[in-house]
Amino acid sequence: MKYILLVHVPKDSLAAPTDPAAVAAGRAYGEALRAAGIFVAGVGLGSPDNATIVSVRDGKRQVQDGPYAESKEFLGGFVVIDVPDLDAALEWAARNPSAALGSIEVLPLGGSYFAASTGR
Amino acid sequence: MSESATHAAVEAVARNSYGRLVAYLAARSGDVAGAEDALSEAFGAALRRWPADGVPEKPEAWLLHAARHRLIDAARHAQVRKRNEPLLRLAGEAEEIATTFPIFPDERLKLLFVCAHPAIDIAARTPLMLQTVLGLDAARIASAFLVSPAAMEQRLVRAKTKIREAGVPFCVPEPPQWDERVVFVLDAIYSAYTAGWESAIDGGSTHHALAHEAVALGRTLVSLLPDEPEAHGLLALMLHCEARRPARATSEGAFVPLDRQDTALWLQPLIDEAEKHLRVASALKRLGRYQLEAAIQSIHAHRAVGGAIDWPEIALLYEGLVRLAPTIGAQVGRAVALAETGDGAAGLAALDAVAADRSANYQPWWAARAHLLRRLRRHAEAREAFAHAAGLTEDPALRAYLLERAAR
Repeated sequence: MKYILLVHVPKDSLAAPTDPAAVAAGRAYGEALRAAGIFVAGVGLGSPDNATIVSVRDGKRQVQDGPYAESKEFLGGFVVIDVPDLDAALEWAARNPSAALGSIEVLPLGGSYFAASTGR
Repeated sequence: MSESATHAAVEAVARNSYGRLVAYLAARSGDVAGAEDALSEAFGAALRRWPADGVPEKPEAWLLHAARHRLIDAARHAQVRKRNEPLLRLAGEAEEIATTFPIFPDERLKLLFVCAHPAIDIAARTPLMLQTVLGLDAARIASAFLVSPAAMEQRLVRAKTKIREAGVPFCVPEPPQWDERVVFVLDAIYSAYTAGWESAIDGGSTHHALAHEAVALGRTLVSLLPDEPEAHGLLALMLHCEARRPARATSEGAFVPLDRQDTALWLQPLIDEAEKHLRVASALKRLGRYQLEAAIQSIHAHRAVGGAIDWPEIALLYEGLVRLAPTIGAQVGRAVALAETGDGAAGLAALDAVAADRSANYQPWWAARAHLLRRLRRHAEAREAFAHAAGLTEDPALRAYLLERAAR
């Protein structure tokens, strides 16, 4: 079953880490995900200050300066993993170094379509 | 056995089998709602037929047989909706197992852990257990939790959808998760016991909607986890409180506080059963919150034989309880015990030490404060506190009692 781990972090910890310990922690987590054979995809996101919002209303394109919503925490990145169940996904969410700074939202991907293919 | 007792016994067997079948089907399909749908009619038929016809020799096989119409219906839908197939195949397998083997496999422990999973809304955990493990209907659960049936139905549907769609696993957790996860199960069962009941610790109320169901869940948990001391502790606690039900109110419905209850009215078989579980728990040598609470109730129960209450021992147990689980109920209990050992001022100081935002609307805190103030002969303040406590209770009998004490 595929899950997306949405990494929400406070704005001040959004910039790519420069502290060597934080860089090493992130790399170690990524390597652990790959070694476990569960890694599907993952990226870190740029600052929400540089976001631009696009919508189409009545056939007209509207472009606005972002971010989407003002809040204390922002989406800093995400990881998609393929694991047997929610407990395994929660385990990997807790291991994400950013879990200690912000919070990780764990969501099943594609809902029912993937649930049917787990063969549990 | 009286007719109502026979009826209750049959109902217990039906519930037991229903829970086993839901657990078996859901553990393999991941779909609690689907399993319930398949069995709902069969369970209704069992509750109608078994009291008259007697309990069938293989209850699970009987229930699966009675569910066949619903299952055939589901098969028809399955051609449209592919996902129902596993459940149908499972039901066939389950009927075969139920007919062939003497004991139907019991997966209810997994189901209990799913219901009390931290990913499930905390307000849905207890209702979910009552419905899936015992087969209680949503309207009954809703009235016990003082919400509308529609709201409860929605809460339950959302939780079941989450179990299926988020992939909450049907498994028994292992260390290091074990301790935390067991506590979730215990708390959810205890919350069924205290639903609509304000002060479980001293039995400070007469309204008690789901006591039988909670005790049934407690017994189920003990049978599934015979080596878990806290499961025994929780059951002992509930049984001790249950034993006092007939003494909790006069025949006119007036509230009787625990230390004034007529011990001859207490139900001795329940007290004996509680004491047995407390002994099993202590032999397992791992102390916990529920064992301490049960031990406190056990000392109260000893008044039936000893005539007096050993308050120093109760104070000691509360001391441990406050350290292990500093709930406001435990803090209030400790304060009262301190006062009863003779140190009224220390008791009052312990009450005052509870943070104001926690005590402000907590009825037992105000009742305890009033009681302690009266002991210290601070009558005007005591009257005020009793009146304040009366304003915070939902229970008419308790309200009348508190107002009567306020007027004294």
